[in-house]
Amino acid sequence: MFKSIRIRTAVTIVVCLAALVYLAPTLTPDLPEFWKTYLPTDKIHLGLDLQGGMHLVLEVETAKAVESTLERTVGDLKENLMDKRVRFKLRERTKERDVSFEFPDVAAREAFDKLLRNDYPDLEIASSETVEGRGSVSLRIKDKRAAEIKKLAVEQSLETIRNRVDQFGITEPEIIPQGIDRIIVQLPGIKDTARAKSLIGRTALLEFKLVDEEHSLEEALKGNIPEGSIVAYESRTDRTSGRRSQNPVLLKSKSLLTGDALESAKVQIGDRFGEPHVSIKFNAQGAKDFDRITGENVKKRLAIILDGMVHSAPVIQERISGGQAQITGSFTMEEATDLAIVLRAGALPAPVVILEERTVGPSLGQDSIDKGTWASIIAGILILIFMVVYYRLTGLIADVALAMNMLLLLGIMAAFKATLTLPGIAGIVLTMGMAVDANVLINERIREELRLGKTPRAAIEAGYAKAFLTIFDSNVTTLVAALFLFGFGTGPVKGFAVTLTIGIVVSMFTAIVVTRIIFDYFIWNRKIQGISI
Amino acid sequence: MEIIKTDTHFNFVRLMKPAVILSLAVILLGIASLIWHGGPNFGIDFAGGSLIQIKFKDEPNADKIRSALKPMGFEGSIIQKFGPQEVIIRTVESGADPKELTSRIEEVFTAAFGKDAYEIRRIEMVGPKVGKDLTRKALLAIFFSWIGILIYVGVRFEFRYALGGIVALIHDVLITITFLSLFDKEFDLNIVAALLTIIGYSINDTIVIFDRIRENSRKNTRMPLLDVINVSVNQTLSRTILTSFTVLIVLTILFIFGGAVIHDFTFALIVGAVAGIYSTVFIASPIVLVFEKIKPSGLKRKK
Repeated sequence: MFKSIRIRTAVTIVVCLAALVYLAPTLTPDLPEFWKTYLPTDKIHLGLDLQGGMHLVLEVETAKAVESTLERTVGDLKENLMDKRVRFKLRERTKERDVSFEFPDVAAREAFDKLLRNDYPDLEIASSETVEGRGSVSLRIKDKRAAEIKKLAVEQSLETIRNRVDQFGITEPEIIPQGIDRIIVQLPGIKDTARAKSLIGRTALLEFKLVDEEHSLEEALKGNIPEGSIVAYESRTDRTSGRRSQNPVLLKSKSLLTGDALESAKVQIGDRFGEPHVSIKFNAQGAKDFDRITGENVKKRLAIILDGMVHSAPVIQERISGGQAQITGSFTMEEATDLAIVLRAGALPAPVVILEERTVGPSLGQDSIDKGTWASIIAGILILIFMVVYYRLTGLIADVALAMNMLLLLGIMAAFKATLTLPGIAGIVLTMGMAVDANVLINERIREELRLGKTPRAAIEAGYAKAFLTIFDSNVTTLVAALFLFGFGTGPVKGFAVTLTIGIVVSMFTAIVVTRIIFDYFIWNRKIQGISI
Repeated sequence: MEIIKTDTHFNFVRLMKPAVILSLAVILLGIASLIWHGGPNFGIDFAGGSLIQIKFKDEPNADKIRSALKPMGFEGSIIQKFGPQEVIIRTVESGADPKELTSRIEEVFTAAFGKDAYEIRRIEMVGPKVGKDLTRKALLAIFFSWIGILIYVGVRFEFRYALGGIVALIHDVLITITFLSLFDKEFDLNIVAALLTIIGYSINDTIVIFDRIRENSRKNTRMPLLDVINVSVNQTLSRTILTSFTVLIVLTILFIFGGAVIHDFTFALIVGAVAGIYSTVFIASPIVLVFEKIKPSGLKRKK
């Protein structure tokens, strides 16, 4: 029996020391040098509600990625058909997001089929019909390919957003996928949330298109948009009044170059007005293309379009070689910095929408920590006092177990990198209340046994034996509930489930094992005759 | 020290009928209150919408805030006081463009109050899609935790105990919802966490008494179940009261000192804890008895 006590004591001490080691970084900021190299340095992770920061749930509009792939592929197919001199007519896109072609004769249709089969494995015929000898075919992206595109779009978005956040310089951001098409972004301690949101949420699709100067803009605005052109808007900010205005511009719809061709982008300060602008550098292919485009279109206007808005449309003065260009506009320094970041990180393959946002200011988080901590301390002290008053020395043993319970609970949270949230603090406090329960159960049983006239040793023996089953069943039932909470819960529910689960396991250990060691020590070593209970 | 003497002989089973009637009355009151309020007062987590918590230097003036919100189209929002200097503004709609919510609010408040007179402490926006998702997940969590409990208790005890336990749980959740509705508290994710805690706590409490019933009915195979239940509830009475007392101390302190953010959360827990203690004694065990009358268990006749 004595040996068994020694083993149990050793286990308890090891467990407590381990908990202390994991807790140390949370308790003190200045750890000795050897600690930092060999021992854990992670603090207990605070949830955003305690630390302050921003939590975003984004949805990637994957359908748009499929749409734009279809658009691009069909554009390519169209050019290919024209090269091959196949006669066809491209009809307006229908509602169902597919594209239909019309062919005047069988020969054209056959040429089209052949081309489609050989060069466009991603496309399939959604439906085809023949009306008065004219074949009409509508195309769509194959389901399997569409699924791939969607998956890829989410992966790319994740990567791009990660890049942007990294470049923005936020410590310990968390960017994780959720479900099929959602991304959770957590930015602890961020202050300028509006800026962060616009940085993360913008698509940042950079395009270069020629301004259509052959057709009349006025006509187009009336609704007669010439084929192959689109109307876009240029946003201008008046420097003196700060008022924003929008001017329409008629553009050729073909995009000559996109942000994919960029190698880098950085902010520079202009010489004349000290205004920031973004200077971009194309990659090898991009530089070649840019050289050709500017060479072919001297004296024409080239529009720089970001997410569908015309940024500027300067006249090409001469051929630009070397792959360097500038995006100017009335930027503030911040805007220019952010634009450079998103251009470097690349465009999102599909637009993202913010489904959920939770921002907690740092002062509120601190308030919550303070109040939660105070409430816990007061509650803890009251329970400790109550136990001693009610059970006297045995109550003191229970108090030791309770204190150890807190130590282990926090230690395990640090070790598993569990996140402590405000409901989590409530969970800890509740665990305290429930941990007392196990001790109450045991002590009440011991009292009952003593009343039956048993010796202290026999009473303790029987008390523990009988209480164990009760504690086990009641705690495991709660544990079952807690595990389901963890599995299905989101946000605060999950944070709560984590602390509750750890709390239950730990309190079973401290209430059953630790208090028993103390009892056994007194009964076997000191051979005491009475119990103060 | 002893508060409760051990040899109490209260006839709890006899109190079952009035207890059930009382519980049903409270639950009916809850249903009436829910109808009166037009359903539960769902927070933005489930209904979707925005929530903005703002701290002012001086005493906030609701009318002034309302007129400040006018340019945003938010003048119809609910403005609640939240502690001495703070208000919470709740809107049903998530706003025109969530990306610009923060800057728009800063714009209108700076215009109305000046730059340093206020501090935005919390902004939450939940789109309708997410709201639906969260509701579904919360309901799933509650439902599956019940199934889990049913299975575990069914295996460890008997199925009728499991049913008694679950009925007690449903009872506790309904009572809590009743009080939340009566006091017009908001249903959000934190409240779901609270309901789930109540489930965990109440089952814990119930199992302790079931365990006694199990033990006593094995020991005294000839004693009628009714008496076994009475003896068991009496034997565990001191423990029930002690534990509930400590839990309630803790919750009350959290309620008083825990801050406004978890105020409703602890309110729900307190109601739930009281309901849990009540249902353990008066609802769960008698239900075992009811099921015994319908279909006698084989356990007692085994020996």
